[in-house]
Amino acid sequence: MTRDRIRIGFLPLVDAALPILAREQGFGEEQGLDIELVRDMSWATVRDRLLYGHTDAAHMIAPLAIATALGRGHPAQPMTVPFVLGLNGNAVTFSIPLAAETLDGDKLGDPRVVGERLRAVAEARVKAGKPLRFGVVHRYSSHNYMLRYWLAAVGIRPDADVEIVTISPPFAADALGAGMVDGICVGEPWNSVAVDQGVGRIALVTAQIWRRGVEKVLAMRTETAERMPDVTLRLIRALHAAAAAFVAPGSAEASAAILSRADYLDAPEDAVLRAITDRVRLTQGEAPAHIPDFMFQYRQAANFPWRSQAAWLYSQMTRWDGTPFRPEEAAQAEQVFRPDLYRAALAGSGAVLPGASSKLEGAIKEELGAGSIQGRLMLGADRFFDGRAFDPDDIPAYLGALP
Amino acid sequence: MRIAIIDTSMTRAAIISEGLREAGLDDLVLIDGDGPLVAQIEAANPEVVLINLENPSRDMIEEYFAVSRALARPIAMFVDQSNPETTAAAVDAGVSAYIIDGLSKQRIMPVVDLAVRRFKAFARLQAELHEAKSALADRITIDKAKAILMRRRGIDEPAAYALLRGHAMKSNRRIGEVAEAIITSEQLMGDLP
Repeated sequence: MTRDRIRIGFLPLVDAALPILAREQGFGEEQGLDIELVRDMSWATVRDRLLYGHTDAAHMIAPLAIATALGRGHPAQPMTVPFVLGLNGNAVTFSIPLAAETLDGDKLGDPRVVGERLRAVAEARVKAGKPLRFGVVHRYSSHNYMLRYWLAAVGIRPDADVEIVTISPPFAADALGAGMVDGICVGEPWNSVAVDQGVGRIALVTAQIWRRGVEKVLAMRTETAERMPDVTLRLIRALHAAAAAFVAPGSAEASAAILSRADYLDAPEDAVLRAITDRVRLTQGEAPAHIPDFMFQYRQAANFPWRSQAAWLYSQMTRWDGTPFRPEEAAQAEQVFRPDLYRAALAGSGAVLPGASSKLEGAIKEELGAGSIQGRLMLGADRFFDGRAFDPDDIPAYLGALP
Repeated sequence: MRIAIIDTSMTRAAIISEGLREAGLDDLVLIDGDGPLVAQIEAANPEVVLINLENPSRDMIEEYFAVSRALARPIAMFVDQSNPETTAAAVDAGVSAYIIDGLSKQRIMPVVDLAVRRFKAFARLQAELHEAKSALADRITIDKAKAILMRRRGIDEPAAYALLRGHAMKSNRRIGEVAEAIITSEQLMGDLP
């Protein structure tokens, strides 16, 4: 049988795991797909290849998919996100000098305590005419929004009290080492690489800021998804199977060996293995700490594209782009996420399928059951560190209450 | 019209600037990829920025352009003002271009078209170079294999070559591959009777 070819763009990051493993471990083949992977070094190139047909789908930071659909920084292109490649998995890493001023011992900090101390340093640095500078991976990245959410909530005004600049993930550790930035918010393995090189200390993981923050997604042009609907559904099934295998006990070593290869992440295998087993080394030479839910790739319907996640990202986009909230734009952003395609692909399989397409984000304190149309859906604690919850049906009120 | 060129390949940057100069566009600034990019772009104050698509610094540069919207001469993505075909051709060739807002399409198109042609010429040159290199490597390998066959079988050179070619045709492989196999087996078993 001939297989259908599908080309997927990616950046060398641990959360590109599912498309890579779908190719390497035969999940694509099981679905009659020949997955070709195209590696790049900047999100701009991943996006352009997707828009101009060099690739059919891409591993992409979720806000960039939405920004592309809304035409921010580019002419608008209808986009489809039928699958979430993972939640969280990022960290905030401080330079050694900044860590010495703000972090305790070798434990993960508390976002409020670290934030309080950071605020004092930020003030002093503004007075000295050399404001703190943080690197994030893209203007339209969850890293940017998570970092800004945390800073604003502890009384540090992004752009006014600290500078935030863009650095591509593979260069983040080097920029920290060269003193170009005082901190980075980036995905793995680049925080761990900074720690192992002795140029940084992990201050926080983004799961501490939002326990269930949406991270990378599978993005397609809507036109492509509509031109090859069957291939799209098979790709969702292949990625879902890859996700199940990725979290299966005893599979981590094999996954790390594949991901660290030169043609994929080209990164130290040990750093990759630590990230995918939720063990994070915070300081050079220390034993890794176990951080539950550091990366969240499969359980609790983690791959389901909740429209409320897209709505939250849109709320942050208006907040930090300084553009007004527009209901029609919010609806357009939400419609990029396609729970209908996810359900269509996985109906009749063992996958858990939520009944709703949207939920209150950040309102769950303890694991609870939720409505599903297939399987038993359990949702774990998904709180933001400041205790606010996000209601996708009332974004203006949410934005109004934020600092 | 000032054009800034940023490229991870200095050779390609030289080929592009040569082409632009020939076309009478000689207000060119070559940006050093190892130096601070944004500072150099700022200092050059270009109206057009040409950059290779795969350049790892594009996110950083786009961020600078996004922030520059607040400046007197904001820079936009090329696609903002052009037709989709030209942009697609540019992306296919591996070029991305950014221009300041308001620059007319008529003035931009020749620059981008030229860059696309030069990028393609460079890719062709590279392919030819690669071919020439592998042809040379093949010839050396084939000469070695011929020598082995001549010695072991006591035949002359034309016979040795005919043997290699005949086997390559039968087994549907390149002569170079067959020659390589002979050299490998000679290295491993040449001392056996």
